[in-house]
Amino acid sequence: MEPIAIISIFVLAVFVGFEVVSKVSSTLHTPLMSGANAIHGVILVGAIIVTSHSETNLELGLSVAAIVLATINMIGGFVVTDRMLEMFKGKKTEKKEAK
Amino acid sequence: MSTFVYDLIGLAAGVCFVLALKGLSSPKSARRGNLIGALGATIATVVIFFYAAPDKEGNATSLPLNNLGWILGAIAVGTLIGVPAARKVQMTQMPQLVALFNGVGGGAAALVAIVEYLSLGDGATTAVVIATVFTVVVGCVSFSGSIITFLKLQELMTTRPVVFPGGRFVIAGTLVAVLGVSGWVVAALGTTPLLILAALSLLFGILFVLPVGGADVPIVISLLNAFTGLTVAASGYVLDSTMLIIAGTLVGASGTILTRMMAEAMGRSLFGTLFGAFTAKPQEASGAAEDRPVRSGSPDDVAILLNYARRVVIVPGFGLAVAQAQHTVRELADLLIAKGIDVAYGIHPVAGRMPGHMNVLLAEANVPYEQLAEMDEVNPTFAQTDVAIVIGANDVVNPAAETTPGCPIYGMPILQVANSANVIFLKRSMRPGFAGIENELLYDPKTMLLFGDAKASLTKVVSALKGL
Repeated sequence: MEPIAIISIFVLAVFVGFEVVSKVSSTLHTPLMSGANAIHGVILVGAIIVTSHSETNLELGLSVAAIVLATINMIGGFVVTDRMLEMFKGKKTEKKEAK
Repeated sequence: MSTFVYDLIGLAAGVCFVLALKGLSSPKSARRGNLIGALGATIATVVIFFYAAPDKEGNATSLPLNNLGWILGAIAVGTLIGVPAARKVQMTQMPQLVALFNGVGGGAAALVAIVEYLSLGDGATTAVVIATVFTVVVGCVSFSGSIITFLKLQELMTTRPVVFPGGRFVIAGTLVAVLGVSGWVVAALGTTPLLILAALSLLFGILFVLPVGGADVPIVISLLNAFTGLTVAASGYVLDSTMLIIAGTLVGASGTILTRMMAEAMGRSLFGTLFGAFTAKPQEASGAAEDRPVRSGSPDDVAILLNYARRVVIVPGFGLAVAQAQHTVRELADLLIAKGIDVAYGIHPVAGRMPGHMNVLLAEANVPYEQLAEMDEVNPTFAQTDVAIVIGANDVVNPAAETTPGCPIYGMPILQVANSANVIFLKRSMRPGFAGIENELLYDPKTMLLFGDAKASLTKVVSALKGL
């Protein structure tokens, strides 16, 4: 890919990242961190790519380990964030019923 | 599948991640946001199995992917570890788990970069080599740093800042060594220099987190989270994946903002958090304090005090989480409200081990949202409060944050419970809080202490109150 295309994507993504989380109440700091944490688990895609390119046993061993770790990060991260948020949801439905 | 379609689907995943972060920023859409993020990650992962990427020489490759069995097996293993861990963890241990997940993500990025480095051909551009080396360094720092934060939060090691003589020179020296070896690796392209670099980076991650005091650990987790995001972006550049660049950059940028917001909520600069332990003066005279008398009461004393109060503020902390006492505290609050007493929960933004920890916990016990008061709201009302009950919190109500310059939490905004007419502390022991600082308020004549597990103590207070 053209370097300028990559730099453009990077810079624009930085601004989008800044903007989307610019106003968050402290209540949501933890779930937001946890959700962002799960998103970077997509390094799994990178791990799968290098595994499919692996030729030596060393490369294969390291890249398979990378897949295991990335999967834990991604799937575990989304599940744990959902569990945190589940509790907020319970509160809201009760509030609606009360009204 | 053509490259165009593949990239288009990658873009769709990127859009999902933007929507996920946007959703997570508001309570109403948070859960949906997380699910959208999971959807994006699933799309991005599944599509890779149906795309035969051209190899480095530009030749077409065929499906299925090489080593497909290994790939699917490894995903299965990761799922079998990650899902039960995420499902079974108790709310109190949530922060450690997030730290651990972040660490393994950083580790995965570093491993991907190492494998990529091993297979770099002669045709690799300098920019690609630099991006690869960057990923190895930052991924390793994130990995070992996160492991240390995990150990601190799990209290497998001391939660106090670990400082040794000349520590800052050792850290600076390690950093210089990391940078120097990075230059060597970029220039020489060898496996041995790379392994040395990985080892040095792991060491730097440890040294970087050790001096951080317990109360600041969440900020560091958030920072390391942003680091891992950047490594993912760099991997995306090396692996020519726009999706990874977008996802990694989003996490890096939003993580940086989030880190700053968390630091602000604690009233400190990011710099102070990371390097505070080196500049703070050592704590003195805390030994002398230990022999001073405290006023401890019985559950009946507490019940009587509460029964004749007009306004009660409950200040929950980590002790509430440990004791799983959120349901009991709600029972107490309901009982007081039934008696016509004005009850509010004073929530410090960083009470517990993570920002928002208390909100999550009390939400689990179905405490009505209107009863939760944030710090700025509740602080002016303490002067009209008859009783403040501090349940397993310490640092967030410690007046030393306002009165003792040089103490590790100086400058952190606190809940000014000292302004209320009576203060009741429910504590397990006289042990200082997570930050390891003596709390003068415990020795104040208007303070009453009720020792024991928060849940057991609260249960006794509730039954005593029912008997009145």
